[in-house]
Amino acid sequence: MSARRRAAVAVALLVGLSGCGGSAADDGGQTLTVFAAASLTDVFTDLGAALEDQQPGLEVRFNVAGSSALATQIVQGAPADVFASANETQMSVVTDAGLAADEPAVFASNVLEIAVPAGNPGGVTGLADFAREDLTLAVCAPDVPCGAAAAQVFAAAGVTAVPDTQEEDVRAALTKVELGEVDAALVYASDVASAGESVEGVAFQEAEQAVSDYPITRLADAANPDAARAFVDLVLSEAGRRALTDAGFREP
Amino acid sequence: MTRARGRTPAPLLVPAALAVAFLVLPLAALLIRAPWTRLGTLLAEPAVGEALRLSLVSASAATGISLVLGVPLAWVLARSRARGRTVLRALVTVPLVLPPVVGGVALFLVLGRQGIVGSWLYDSFGVTIPFTTPAVIIAETFVAMPFLVVSVEGALRAADTRFEDVSATLGASRWTTFRRVTLPLVAPGVAAGAVLCWARALGEFGATITFAGNFPGTTQTMPLAVYLALQRDAEAAIALSLVLLAVSLATLLLLRDRWLGRAVP
Repeated sequence: MSARRRAAVAVALLVGLSGCGGSAADDGGQTLTVFAAASLTDVFTDLGAALEDQQPGLEVRFNVAGSSALATQIVQGAPADVFASANETQMSVVTDAGLAADEPAVFASNVLEIAVPAGNPGGVTGLADFAREDLTLAVCAPDVPCGAAAAQVFAAAGVTAVPDTQEEDVRAALTKVELGEVDAALVYASDVASAGESVEGVAFQEAEQAVSDYPITRLADAANPDAARAFVDLVLSEAGRRALTDAGFREP
Repeated sequence: MTRARGRTPAPLLVPAALAVAFLVLPLAALLIRAPWTRLGTLLAEPAVGEALRLSLVSASAATGISLVLGVPLAWVLARSRARGRTVLRALVTVPLVLPPVVGGVALFLVLGRQGIVGSWLYDSFGVTIPFTTPAVIIAETFVAMPFLVVSVEGALRAADTRFEDVSATLGASRWTTFRRVTLPLVAPGVAAGAVLCWARALGEFGATITFAGNFPGTTQTMPLAVYLALQRDAEAAIALSLVLLAVSLATLLLLRDRWLGRAVP
């Protein structure tokens, strides 16, 4: 089962990565483009499908990546209707550039959790294990929100981490755990919740030192402001909140 | 007649000019937008030197491995009469067209800790390949070696085989013929292939970040540093890009007259 799961992960990775260059043809139907932090991949995909059901003819497209990459893309003029960031810092990159249509609203929060492969082969019990040289460890790059949060919890715990890789976004770190290539990765609690059987979570106390708030906003240059409002409203609605908490996020 | 040949036909002129603009403008933009005043401080960061050193070392190592393994492979493809050569050629040039990220995932499935070969390495010797500098070199070799193979094979096919025949009739063994006749004959092709291979390895991103991960000093090459810098500080990314651009240009200029001008694969 675990081998099949790994194969599925590999396939999903292939499809996801080779698909990111794809462009949707303008087929007359309305398209809503949402730029969302990598950690929101699953729950936003579900919410997008729900919105498509509500509004026939609407196609919701997602660009998921590290929030920092997304903020850069938006500032560089990428066509987006909605931006959901994994922390306030990257949202402020967009608001400071005067590109947000509304005051960003915080819709969820998240804490870090240690993700280990099923069975925890490295015997990881807490944050201190990130100082172990004998383990293969992944964290997020300091440039992306989960990496910034990781630096905070390591500082709070007084742990000098010795990661083997600094991944470009949180899902890349999670994938390395799913593939069984690292003994532990520091990801969000919601990522562990979304990962299924191949990944186990190890919670740790210092996580509370770095609670990430997720803000969302419509963008000033939105090609489809009405659909953008509908999506933001859906995320902030009771149904959206429930979907987010089910996916392992906290209420803001 | 000679004058007419030198003049470009009008229908070719406009697209050709467009092509030049298309290829050159982005590079010019890098220079125009470069943060010249901050350049010194941006490039003085130790991470930059580390990334550059790692890039140069791993690209050179990947080229070395590609030469040792790729030239013999090119000979087999060009000269051997074994059946299935066409299939073999198609197979070994797949990395040319494969998205590098896919290559990175594929490398995991072979050399990763759970991979076909990697799991044996890990269980028997405790060796983990991903997330190490050798992983960078492996990823770069995987992506870049086909460039060398294709180039050398082309040179071998274009080379006059009569020299080899003469060498054989004079009593030289096949190995001697290869070393003393064939190899010098295709040296320009090998050099051109090596430069292509090196340049491709230097720019490698997708397979590297997937298979080798990203860690300053061990696996963060220049392209990875550029990508991550772009998430934090666009000017820093431009500064790093300039360094890569300078290295690539210097290599091209240095080698063009010496070898590349003569080698037309």
